[in-house]
Amino acid sequence: MSEIKIVNLRKQFGDFVAVEDSSFTVEDGEFLALLGPSGCGKTTTLRMIAGLELPTSGKIYLDSEDVTFNRASARDIAFVFQLFALYPHMNVRRNIGFPLLSQGVPKAEIRARVEETAKLLRIDHILDRSVSGLAGGDRQRVALGRAIIRRPKCFLMDEPLGTLDAEFREVMVHELRELHNRIDATTVYVTHDQHEAMAMADKIAVMNHGVIEQFGTPQEIYNRPASMYVAEFIGSPPMNFMRFHSGLKRGTRSILLDAVEVAVPEVGEDVAPGEMALGVRPEHIRFSDRSRIRGAVYGSEYLGTNQIVAVETAAGIVKARISADRSFRLGETVGLEFNPAKLAIFDCASGRAIASSLYAEVRHG
Amino acid sequence: MSSVNTAAHSVVEPTPTAKRIAGTIVILYALVTMIPLAWIFLTSIKSPPDSISYPPKVVFTPTLEGFCNLFTTRTRQTPDYIQALPPPTGTCDEITRGRNMVIAGPSNYWPRFGNSLLIAFGSTFLAVSLGTLAAYGFSRFRVPLADDLLFFILSTRMMPPIAVAIPIYLMYRQFGLSDTALGMILLYTAVNVSLAVWLLKGFIDEIPREYEEAAMIDGYTRLQAFWKVVLPQATTGIAATAIFCLIFAWNEYAFAVLLTSGSAQTAPPFIPTIIGEGGQDWPAVAAGTTIFLVPILVFTIILRKQLLRGITFGAVRK
Repeated sequence: MSEIKIVNLRKQFGDFVAVEDSSFTVEDGEFLALLGPSGCGKTTTLRMIAGLELPTSGKIYLDSEDVTFNRASARDIAFVFQLFALYPHMNVRRNIGFPLLSQGVPKAEIRARVEETAKLLRIDHILDRSVSGLAGGDRQRVALGRAIIRRPKCFLMDEPLGTLDAEFREVMVHELRELHNRIDATTVYVTHDQHEAMAMADKIAVMNHGVIEQFGTPQEIYNRPASMYVAEFIGSPPMNFMRFHSGLKRGTRSILLDAVEVAVPEVGEDVAPGEMALGVRPEHIRFSDRSRIRGAVYGSEYLGTNQIVAVETAAGIVKARISADRSFRLGETVGLEFNPAKLAIFDCASGRAIASSLYAEVRHG
Repeated sequence: MSSVNTAAHSVVEPTPTAKRIAGTIVILYALVTMIPLAWIFLTSIKSPPDSISYPPKVVFTPTLEGFCNLFTTRTRQTPDYIQALPPPTGTCDEITRGRNMVIAGPSNYWPRFGNSLLIAFGSTFLAVSLGTLAAYGFSRFRVPLADDLLFFILSTRMMPPIAVAIPIYLMYRQFGLSDTALGMILLYTAVNVSLAVWLLKGFIDEIPREYEEAAMIDGYTRLQAFWKVVLPQATTGIAATAIFCLIFAWNEYAFAVLLTSGSAQTAPPFIPTIIGEGGQDWPAVAAGTTIFLVPILVFTIILRKQLLRGITFGAVRK
């Protein structure tokens, strides 16, 4: 297994910049999810790591060896395609054994390793079936089998669960993570689905317009989003933004939201006056009659264990995740209270998060 | 509910009436196309007088005379001479003597047929091989001026090939390619390769790139990936293209008449010359034509599965 190091990687197709100077490191045995909407450059990044696309500039290191311009076949990596790309003219056994065939592994050993791999993935009963008749999940497992049989340096996966039914996807998310734990392989996984990324990855890189907006653990990304984009992309429903106009001083512990003072984590920098947004996750909102931030109930969505209540305030609609046993009338006036330790402040013009004690934890902890 | 179900016709399932009508049309069409073939075969086993009788005979005594005349050259002899010969050694010998003739030797039919096989299959193989490689290149790589090149390739088809017969005739004489199998193979390849490139490019475009990319990541070179992954999936297209190329090369008449006369002559220009030898020998011509049809028939039947298989609804989902 090995470490993947990306340095200032950039890819341009004509005038279109697909990936903008990206740098990150995937440590040995780590599971990285490249997360972002379609067209954000995550698949291009993956294809450059694989050698299917050559970068315009930048370097790619596999185990500190520069492989930037090596052929795909010389990189010792495995790739799981979104559409699986199982060879339709071969049966399951030959599909899984195909990578070994290229290395000149003796037939008996190929047979043994195919069977061992198939057992690991619980597909040993369909080895002699044709791949065209397989169900989505089994195709997925065959594609995984073809990837892991060679014991490559790392695995690259391009939305491998994208074509599966929602119900089955959850089963596969679980299986993939379990597989990763067992074989402990460095993995880069491309997805547009935040739940997949959160559930499986050790680290997540959130991409947007070819730029990595944030690189960190799922907890960091969720609790301390580096930008409004990340805050909005992750979480369902996403983080609420309550806009206010103000400047900030280093050491400030509160802001004014519509003339109501709201306690926030200690601000760590001076910010010139401008349009700002207070970011608050739905689960960090409580309903309190004493609170001076008030609004009218606009709608609610019952989710069983809890409910999402939308409240129309002077600063916009705010969604709160609260206990399911309270019921509301539409239009009922409620007071909102925020958990002061969890609030984030963003500069609306640049979208970046303002340094505060919330983020200080990132550096020290 | 049940009344709705019985009254409704599914969009995908044809009704029995529709099936019957479709079946009738197919059978009628098959009959119409097969009548000339049947007529050629029947003529080949008629005697010369039966073959030209009017109204045409449908009931007649079959004879192998046509085939005998096709395979042999004969000389006319006096009845006394024939009487003095030892007993006939085979069916053809007997039939020939019945017409007051003796077999002088084998005809040129089999050598000409052999030329046809060599030239048609040779040029088909070349056209399909070159066409597949070119089509793959056009399909997968950013070829400079690809559209112009493809148009240029197609433009060779924009006039009937025979329009350039005279320049080709002169060139061939200059290069010593006249009346050679190599010359005919090159000529038919040149005509067919444009068709092959265009047909195969369509088929190869349909094969997702992911297969080759997967193979290249699995440790294969591009050429190996092409050979092991692309080609097996292009068999349908290759089979269809090969049949089109073969039919053209096999049936081509005009260039064959113009450029071959002796050792490289193909069957199409040879068959009509049978008429001249000893009267209008229609059964021999029909026999030659019947045998001439067999290779195409066999080739088509062998590749029928590939042709019918259609698009592999394989492991790539769209």
